[in-house]
Amino acid sequence: MTKLLSMNRRNFLQVSAAGLAASALPGLTPGTALAQTALTVGFIYVGPKDDYGYNQAHAEGAAVIKAMPGVTLVEEENVPETVDVQKTMESMINLDGASLVFPTSFGYFDPHMLAMAAKYPDTQFRHCGGLWQAGKHPANTGSYFGYIHQGQYLNGVAAGNATKSKKIGFVAAKPIPQVVQNVNAFLLGARSVDPTITCQVIFTGEWSLAIKEAEATNALVDQGVDVITCHVDSPKVVVETAAGRGAFVCGYHADQSPLAPEKYLTGAEWAWGKVYTDFITKAQAGEKLGNFVRGGLKDGFVKMSALGPGVSEKGRKMFDATLAEAMTGKLSVFKGPLNDNKGNAVIAADKAYAEDAIDLESMAYLVEGVVGSTS
Amino acid sequence: MTVQANDPALSLNAGGGATFRPLLEWLARRAEPVVIGSAAILAGLMLFSLFILAIGKSPVALFQLMYTGGFGSWFSLQNSLSRAAPLLLTALCVALPARLGLVIIGGEGALVLGGVAAAAVAAPLTGFLPPYPALIVMAVASMIVGGIWIGAVGFLRHYRGVNETISSLLLAYIAIALMNQLVEGLLRDPASLNKPSTMPLPPGYMIGDIPGMDVHWGLVISIIACVGSWILIEMTSYGFAARMAGGNVRAAQIQGLPVGRLIVGFTAIAGTFAGLAGMLEVAAVQGSANGSIAAGYGYTGILVAFLARHNPLAIIPIAFLLGGLEASGGLIQRRMGLPDATVVALQGTLFIVILFCETFYGRFKVFNPDLWKRRT
Repeated sequence: MTKLLSMNRRNFLQVSAAGLAASALPGLTPGTALAQTALTVGFIYVGPKDDYGYNQAHAEGAAVIKAMPGVTLVEEENVPETVDVQKTMESMINLDGASLVFPTSFGYFDPHMLAMAAKYPDTQFRHCGGLWQAGKHPANTGSYFGYIHQGQYLNGVAAGNATKSKKIGFVAAKPIPQVVQNVNAFLLGARSVDPTITCQVIFTGEWSLAIKEAEATNALVDQGVDVITCHVDSPKVVVETAAGRGAFVCGYHADQSPLAPEKYLTGAEWAWGKVYTDFITKAQAGEKLGNFVRGGLKDGFVKMSALGPGVSEKGRKMFDATLAEAMTGKLSVFKGPLNDNKGNAVIAADKAYAEDAIDLESMAYLVEGVVGSTS
Repeated sequence: MTVQANDPALSLNAGGGATFRPLLEWLARRAEPVVIGSAAILAGLMLFSLFILAIGKSPVALFQLMYTGGFGSWFSLQNSLSRAAPLLLTALCVALPARLGLVIIGGEGALVLGGVAAAAVAAPLTGFLPPYPALIVMAVASMIVGGIWIGAVGFLRHYRGVNETISSLLLAYIAIALMNQLVEGLLRDPASLNKPSTMPLPPGYMIGDIPGMDVHWGLVISIIACVGSWILIEMTSYGFAARMAGGNVRAAQIQGLPVGRLIVGFTAIAGTFAGLAGMLEVAAVQGSANGSIAAGYGYTGILVAFLARHNPLAIIPIAFLLGGLEASGGLIQRRMGLPDATVVALQGTLFIVILFCETFYGRFKVFNPDLWKRRT
């Protein structure tokens, strides 16, 4: 106890000293020299921190590291992917003394974060999205990302058990590989329960477009769909609209169960708190942060929301069994034989991709059973 | 400034007052927008202070942070200027037609398509055209596309009677949809997997920073555009005709002014500026055209133009002020824990108060030399 107290006091003194140094030398970046003691960490979000979605997931992770000793957290929300984000990064470095910056939106990477990384070589930048390539991008930058399609597969298992009409639905933002993977995984999860299930997908074309998301959700319910999930920045509109129309919902990005406690089955959530804690621990110990960090359910990068009251006993058992398999790292969502929804074979019978297979990252097809088109 | 009228030092020169009087009259007329504008901004800030007090924060700390973040250091100044640069051109897209009495709010569409046009023509030029000619080709392409886009709004307005405000706004949505279609299809760089973009510009085609500053050359180009627009409106017969048509379109027609050509011409020029803003976003910031160029600059430009009372020269300081507000918005979030909406609320408050203060123009005798007592 005494040791703990003295540690705290020492930390306190160091933190105050760092604060004094920072205020005495505005414009300089004392962060690197003091990295082991006081660490100022900047977080930048593209949308609001309380969006029940992508940004909230990151903000929850940031809140975890805020509680760590010696860490000062500075956050900025609603920062567009323009020169604004470059200036926000610079401002965090110059005015707040940030030595580690997390620009969390996909579009912040190129050219914005790369430009700032070249300008501030002593500052560390870690970007959410997996774009970093060794040899091509600076050493003070890096990527972290999670394999979340297995979470959507588990959503599909819950959905497959809950659907009565055998029609499930997906409200998707853009027909890009990440989203398409999730759509396919959701259907394949449901088909692991009942191979006659189909999934109708509607692309809204934008990451955040509430009106179209509501229209798409209503259109799905009108077609007889009774379980809906989504991949848009903020699932709030989809979850509330679907539940309001009496359909079950599976969440995405963050926990949306407070929005629809009765209708929420489960959800695929990011667990950024663990990822950020690892980065901060390394930074404080003076270790290398790593340039390319990835993981899935078994690595603690992704987690599932607690099962809701709409999940049957049989569904719960199947869900738990699949989750247990995923936690061993042996679950393969994309395995042959698999056709796309135009009848072409896309995965041969003897092939089974692990969750981190590089081939999955350029997925451009919708699998058989998905009703919809990417173009 | 008008206080000088009673300055004893001037009265001593009463005999030579005739030489001072034109200067005072000039000052008085020029002082009106400055005094009323500043008073409106002050009133807006005071009103906003009440809001900040209501949520239990200190307005003094807030304004100090706004100063630090927006204007307090060389870094902050450059931060504000960077954010102001795209607003100058999009504000011109609103201000020029406004002098003709048209309210055009769809500059975003011309900006987005201008950016796409610039990126589209750059791709085939890469490799055999040196940077400067290539940049000129890109700029011209973006200006043509932007000019056609907003010029079409003017055309529809004059020849078909379509409300320009509505049509420009709706065209902006069409433009963004068109951009998405092109960027995700025809013009897509196959390597841009999860963020559909056009082929990236080669580094040589990128517009660099002004030497010694952290702000790209777009700022200089935009300021030149503002000054040029001011000259066009205030010093040329075209500008005079446009202002006349804006004041009373019937009278202008009776005078035999070519109102239709003026409307189409001015809206097209306005569109070229917004298109050029798109090209600058692509060539100075983003490096390719993608969804990020639809960042709302076209809409913020409306605010700038109205605050500047559609005076192209006044757009420069107003855009700088708004850039500073946005630059300091980040610091306010980080240091005071206030949400991003704080700055939006402040912008809204200022906008309303300034529009309200428009009603004070012409009400104060000091600003109107025609009502001054003649001193002989």
